[in-house]
Amino acid sequence: MFRTALRNVFAHKARLLMTVLAVMLGVAFVSGTLVFTNTISDAYQNSSAKGFDRVDVAVSAKSQEDEGNTISKTPELTQAMLDKSAKVPGAASAVGVVNGFTAIADKDGKLIGGGFQSQGGNYWGDKDARYPLKSGSAPHGANQVAIDAKTAERAGYKVGDKVRLSVNGPVLTPTISGIFTTDDGNVAAGGSLALYDTATAQKLFGKPGTYDEIDVKAASGTSQTALKAGLDNALGTKLVETTTGKKLADDQAEQISASMSGLKQGLLVFAGIALFVGTFIIANTFTMLVAQRTKELALLRAVGASRRQVTRSVLVEAFVVGVVAGVTGLVAGIGIGAGLRSLMNTLGATVPDGPLVITPGTVATALAVGVVITMLAAWLPGRRAAKIPPVAAMSSVHAKATTKSLVLRNTLGALFSAAGVATVLAATTMDGSDGQGPMGLGAVLLIIGVFILTPLLSRPLIAAAAPVLRIFGISGKLARQNSVRNPRRTAATASALMIGLTLITGMTVMAGSLQKSIDKMASSAIKADYVVSMANGNELSPDVDKKLNATGGVTSTSPLRNVYSRIDGTGESLTGVNGAAIAQLTDLKVDTGTFKVGGTHVVVDKDTAKSHGWKAGSAFTAHYEDGKSSRLKVSGVYEGNDLIQGILLDKNVVTPHMTDPGDMRVLVKTADGASATTKDKLEKALGTNPAIKVQSKQDLSDDIAKMFTLMLNMLYGLLAMAVIVAVLGVINTLAMSVFERSQEIGMLRAIGLDRKGIKRMVRLESLVISLFGGVLGIGLGVFFGWAAGELLGTKMATYELVLPWARMAVFLLLAATVGVLAALWPARRAARLNMLTAIKSE
Amino acid sequence: MTTTPVADRSTSTVAARATDLSKIYGQGETQVVALDRVSADFRQAEFTAIMGPSGSGKSTLMHCVAGLDTFSSGSVRIGDTELGSLKDKQLTKLRRDKIGFIFQAFNLLPTLTALENITLPMDIAGRKADKQWLERVIDMVGLRDRLGHRPAQLSGGQQQRVAVARALASRPDIIFGDEPTGNLDSRSGAEVLGFLRNSVRELGQTVVMVTHDPVAAAYADRVVFLADGRIVDHMYGPTAETVLDFMKQFDAKGRTS
Repeated sequence: MFRTALRNVFAHKARLLMTVLAVMLGVAFVSGTLVFTNTISDAYQNSSAKGFDRVDVAVSAKSQEDEGNTISKTPELTQAMLDKSAKVPGAASAVGVVNGFTAIADKDGKLIGGGFQSQGGNYWGDKDARYPLKSGSAPHGANQVAIDAKTAERAGYKVGDKVRLSVNGPVLTPTISGIFTTDDGNVAAGGSLALYDTATAQKLFGKPGTYDEIDVKAASGTSQTALKAGLDNALGTKLVETTTGKKLADDQAEQISASMSGLKQGLLVFAGIALFVGTFIIANTFTMLVAQRTKELALLRAVGASRRQVTRSVLVEAFVVGVVAGVTGLVAGIGIGAGLRSLMNTLGATVPDGPLVITPGTVATALAVGVVITMLAAWLPGRRAAKIPPVAAMSSVHAKATTKSLVLRNTLGALFSAAGVATVLAATTMDGSDGQGPMGLGAVLLIIGVFILTPLLSRPLIAAAAPVLRIFGISGKLARQNSVRNPRRTAATASALMIGLTLITGMTVMAGSLQKSIDKMASSAIKADYVVSMANGNELSPDVDKKLNATGGVTSTSPLRNVYSRIDGTGESLTGVNGAAIAQLTDLKVDTGTFKVGGTHVVVDKDTAKSHGWKAGSAFTAHYEDGKSSRLKVSGVYEGNDLIQGILLDKNVVTPHMTDPGDMRVLVKTADGASATTKDKLEKALGTNPAIKVQSKQDLSDDIAKMFTLMLNMLYGLLAMAVIVAVLGVINTLAMSVFERSQEIGMLRAIGLDRKGIKRMVRLESLVISLFGGVLGIGLGVFFGWAAGELLGTKMATYELVLPWARMAVFLLLAATVGVLAALWPARRAARLNMLTAIKSE
Repeated sequence: MTTTPVADRSTSTVAARATDLSKIYGQGETQVVALDRVSADFRQAEFTAIMGPSGSGKSTLMHCVAGLDTFSSGSVRIGDTELGSLKDKQLTKLRRDKIGFIFQAFNLLPTLTALENITLPMDIAGRKADKQWLERVIDMVGLRDRLGHRPAQLSGGQQQRVAVARALASRPDIIFGDEPTGNLDSRSGAEVLGFLRNSVRELGQTVVMVTHDPVAAAYADRVVFLADGRIVDHMYGPTAETVLDFMKQFDAKGRTS
């Protein structure tokens, strides 16, 4: 039997090609993901492990728990602790580390890197082992800085150049004293690093005389654990904690693999979708091969093969196909993995160098996925093959599948769909997170139901296209009838396309609606002309507010200052604002009371008021970090949003209690309103700081739109794989149809349908099947998008369903294009059939 | 047994004519001559049967004359049209408008009803069927109560009657049949042959049929015998017995030569 199966594979090479391709693409996606994430993860781990070579034990401050209404201060690592550490027995040397944020501008004044990996630090002494100098010398004094070689190269900076830097406010323009190399993970990943001498760093980062970490190197012969014990002994364990270099490296490695596994899982989900779509093609192909071989299989049964042997022969065939697809997919996946890395490098997201990692696990997974998926999909056709009665070998036509099985199928599908719709609808009436579970369950049920129902749905939906097809005369008529001739096959083919389009449409509807509502929320709540913030989301120095306030043309400003406090024994974040101006800068809906901020009067958003049981007129005491407190009175309750929420109080009340105040944003209102000149003026007032963003409401909207567009484009890219596999499915189905109907095509040619007419017939059939899948997918996608929105709507007051008609038209056009493209080859084949052989062959 | 030449150009109009028609497959050593300078006329309103043993070239002759296959040399005319010079597109149009076909394996489209199958050639051409003619054809083949059925719901004989009606419906200049009764039992076969003969006698159609069955050939006005790619003889007013006798005689000759 094995030999029979193998012969069959070779005999049907061409027909199995699409199947192999479909499985191969899925496997390539899976193995590409694994190779890529393993490679990157390894590279990062290597690079960070190198970074810990010079640290045997790291000493850091131990964060203290807040108790009751008092805010505990985080202990400081002082010079004395550093000196003590250096003298611990077994310590060779100790280095004090200061970290912070420093944005570096290139020669055009633009920020280098994304802002999130723009780091600053201290250069220890004249020769810091962490940062070998490539050229120049160590930075000394407030006017010198050293920058990393990658950044210098990117921006074209040399030793002696002046460079524009920004820490959290004013722009600095020190001279580059040296350029160093580093194996810092962030720099390897495309960030920048600026180093100052220790005193300057401490001053810039607001930590005079203190360190963030003390790195101690062990003398030869002293183990890391011995040194750790010595340090614990000398420094005590109440204020500081010590960690060995090995543990630091291990922790970091773990963290990297954890963050990588998120990416990996995300990508694998999309690979899974592509594979799932692929199973439809496999099942279709094997169903067809079995149907074509009915006589042959019946003959095998007649001469004594058991049912099991027949099933097994089909499965062996599937196994061979799976292995071929698995191996080719693995090879393609390794290529994808390598390609992705170089793509990321060219896109600027620098990935550390390292060898391509192909683990035995990757190889095993690729092969297993290829084989298991193919055999699973071929299992049903295999069982059907076994049910062929031996007598079928004698009769010319084996009895076709009865309509009875479709009745059962339709009943089942209707049950699933109804349950799915009911569950989704029920979920939409639930509250936010409660509805997520039922919603997901309902979606899965509905998709399964629609799958099962597609053969039934194909008739009315395709019949609806009849008036359009009538334009194409007999070709159109034949195409329509051919497409409903084998409803199961048409359904499986269309379903493959449906899945991709359901997801694409659902995401688009949701993203569009979300974008609109966030946009509305942000712009409707703010009356300010400009919002000023740091590029990396850090806090702004209070100087920024002061400078903006003093700028000509500015009528009022208010910071959104972060204040941490304890209220009734729990931690609570307050926002310090300019009480006099906040009402002109924001437009917050007041639920109860009045919107009055100033002195002891504060306003509270609805959620916070609810959690504390406050109403307009309630009073409470806020305890600050300096141990002092103030009694505050709730004058009004407002509706919060993403930008402004929580307790708003006057900044003058809280700022005196803070050692290092910082603002998340500064809201600015100007006399002339938002314009290019105003923006320019504000930016100039801040010294054209590369790290500070000055954004009008329009800019904020554009930012939000950009974020959503980026996200959607990524999703489209990932889902494209599923669509490509679906295209292979349509090609496959058409090729099979053309093959099966070659006799009819030959007859049509003989009685006078020209090649063009035959081509048109195949193309229209393809178009009908693709559009059928497209309409189903878009319909389901809109439904899911709407349902998910209903759920979100309970959490977002401004949520409103936005139906992207233009996009949906594009998707339908995409489905049509898929149809036309998929038909190219099968239509050509059909038109070129030799009609005499076609007519004679039976 | 008559021995008058096949091409009798003196009487009535010729619907199709093959002149020095040759069809050669392959080259050199493997060369096979399927038709060797065959000349034949098929006159209007005549029912001609082409007979011969397997491999005699009878099907090839029909395919070439019907514009289904290309030929190596010589000429074929359907009415006034010379087929040799036609491109595929023109040839297709010619088949559509001037020629009707009946195949051995019925070759109906399973998705179309009997009536739709009958009018298929007109639908392809985008023409309206001649209502009166269509009614007459349908009545003749006795399918009036079966017009809404699909081929799967019809018996083999009924299916072939649909095929006959389809060939007649567009009122072609000439109808070709390739073993039209090959897949039918003798009773259904007799019916179909009767219709073909009636279409010649009553409707004035021209029919050329390839067959190996002497009984089928007996329905024709004339039988043309082929062997080894050449026309070896022909017979007017055949009966099953005379054809069978000729075949036996011919077989014996073939064996001794």
